[in-house]
Amino acid sequence: MRAVDAVMECLKAEGVEVVFGYPGGANLPTYDAFVDAGIRHVLVRHEQGGGHAASGYARATGKVGVCLATSGPGATNLVTAITDAMMDSTPVVFITGQVRTELLGTDGFQEADTLGITMPIVKHSFMIQHPLEIPRAIHEAFHIARTGRPGPVVIDIPQDLSRAEIDYEPVTDVHLPGYQPTTEGNQKQIRQAAKALASARRPVIYAGGGVINANAAEELCALARADRFPVTCTLMGLGAFPAPDPQWLGMLGMHGTRAANYAIDEADLICCIGARFDDRVTGKLSEFAPRAKFIHIDIDPAEISKNVPAHIPIVGDAKNILTKLVAEYRALEPDRSRLEEWWQRIETWRERHPLAYEDSADTEIKPQFLIQALYEATGGDAIVCSDVGQHQMWAAQYYHFDKPRRWINSGGLGTMGYGLPAAMGAAVGCPDQTVVCITGDGSVQMNVQELATCAEDGIPIKVFIMNNGYLGMVRQWQELFWDRRYSHVDMGRFPDFLKLAEAYGATGMRFTDKTTLVDDIRAALATDGPVMVDVRVTAEENVYPMIAPGAPARDMVG
Amino acid sequence: MSLRSGRKHTLSILVENKPGVLTRIAGLFARRGFNIDTLTVGPTDDERISRITLTLDGALHPIDQVVKQLHKLINVLKIRDLEPTDTVARELAMFKVAVDGAQRAEVMQICEIFRGKVVDVTKRSLVLEVTGTTDKIEAFERMVRPFGLVEMMRTGEIAISRGRGET
Repeated sequence: MRAVDAVMECLKAEGVEVVFGYPGGANLPTYDAFVDAGIRHVLVRHEQGGGHAASGYARATGKVGVCLATSGPGATNLVTAITDAMMDSTPVVFITGQVRTELLGTDGFQEADTLGITMPIVKHSFMIQHPLEIPRAIHEAFHIARTGRPGPVVIDIPQDLSRAEIDYEPVTDVHLPGYQPTTEGNQKQIRQAAKALASARRPVIYAGGGVINANAAEELCALARADRFPVTCTLMGLGAFPAPDPQWLGMLGMHGTRAANYAIDEADLICCIGARFDDRVTGKLSEFAPRAKFIHIDIDPAEISKNVPAHIPIVGDAKNILTKLVAEYRALEPDRSRLEEWWQRIETWRERHPLAYEDSADTEIKPQFLIQALYEATGGDAIVCSDVGQHQMWAAQYYHFDKPRRWINSGGLGTMGYGLPAAMGAAVGCPDQTVVCITGDGSVQMNVQELATCAEDGIPIKVFIMNNGYLGMVRQWQELFWDRRYSHVDMGRFPDFLKLAEAYGATGMRFTDKTTLVDDIRAALATDGPVMVDVRVTAEENVYPMIAPGAPARDMVG
Repeated sequence: MSLRSGRKHTLSILVENKPGVLTRIAGLFARRGFNIDTLTVGPTDDERISRITLTLDGALHPIDQVVKQLHKLINVLKIRDLEPTDTVARELAMFKVAVDGAQRAEVMQICEIFRGKVVDVTKRSLVLEVTGTTDKIEAFERMVRPFGLVEMMRTGEIAISRGRGET
């Protein structure tokens, strides 16, 4: 059979239900194979959108996302999506076409060194040199993408090799001698961690996206409840611990709650699970949690002691380790009353510094109010995808996530233009759930073309544009750190999003009145097909509280 | 594996013999700001496997972070941070020295002391080949430089562990 037909067989063997992609000269053989393959293909309008859609699909479902592109510009258009998947540890397999082998290295039409360009931004990559390598490369790619610390894998296939005839034999085993992720976790270290937790007087659990990747949300709750441990999550970890829980401190970091950041600042023990001490969390690293010892649980050994020295490192799968840690902890029967004082201190912060904003007296919609209205209208039961900017932080603060895989955003790379295509991917993966995209007037314009894809494929995402006419987060930084010298952040409330929605075949709406907002949102959610809503919000509103970049966490403002 | 910092480190890295592996390693060093002092690559007795010997300054870099990042590369099979006392390390260097009749004998004598070889000779120049530890090669350089060093080439270190154990 043709190598491309083998590609389809391999994809099916990997359980692939849907592929996001865009055809072109160099991957025409693959597109020919789609005609008979019986795999759903979603024709995106830009490869970057395809990459983010595959990422949204992967994050919402926990499966591997797949994205296809042609050579040259098709492949280079994927670069942002690949980097995004790398930074947020999202399992996506990217299959790119390449020019015919005889043209390689000659600057042939639509030739780009895809392997070279993507090398720094992938977990691994394959350049196919013989058609017989193709089936094995595909299975290895899926294995690498989904195991260990998940991440993006690129397979580059020259056009002539993809159409070659091969004797296809299904690949049943994958053996990579240089790749054996540690999953179990060292029992001695786990016991040590349990002891440290049992004797800590001011402990905090700091959980990240790794908990969600490991499907370990239940185990995280079990650990938290094994005693009365306070829990905070990173932006990527939201939903790993239920926000309504009394032990929940809120998000930590640059726009985290005061309770979370103060608790970290005064903690004597931090148990970090599946997070990487990113600078948006730590602020000034040398003054981060100055009194704390660190337990660091991570599947990636290179994260241990990368930014913060771990006193008790545990490498392995979070689900696995947390299960054992809870058992070890229970066996110790520690004195629960030792945390009384710590909780009194935390409660004081919570009472004194709740998340709050000044609501408008008239019909004007404050951005925070919009998120609260969305929470109310969806009953807190939606997959929320966001773009990057102020709206992202408000969504993180005011939409109280209580389950994993309900919050999908670009945390590490901070990719504007991520939200809409990611929502599209999530909706394809979870057709029975309400999928909402919260975006800004700046972000949405970076990949708005995927609305056409949604309209054509009947992908019913509901896009809410928090329209303040500004690149809001940049404006906020210019206000706070650049002496209010506003440089090129005024977007002037253009374009007319209502008409734009209609031009793409979606339903357009515009909301301007706070008093009817919840009902208006319900109406939008009840509308069939994709809907894009222009929500006019207060133009100059800042995200607070905030740690200035590079400042210590205790110096929060606002 | 001992991962001390503060000295020169020689990493011996076994990799799959596949296209692009060296680029992955070099690229990893470049983007993380780790500075490679020397790097040599060659085949091993197993044609599927190559060995990279890489030296870097442990005072400048967190060696355990370098090693962990290298381990993440799928094509990297094994990494050893070689103990200087348990390791035999050599590099090869060639020196072109501008000497004429009067000084030639003197340079050749120095070369002999260092157990080097004369590999080219003309009326006005000598090319000398020396193998040895980095220290020895640097010492040789100091000796011949005053005679008029035109060019010098060094291969970078290769290293193998002493005794019966595998490197």
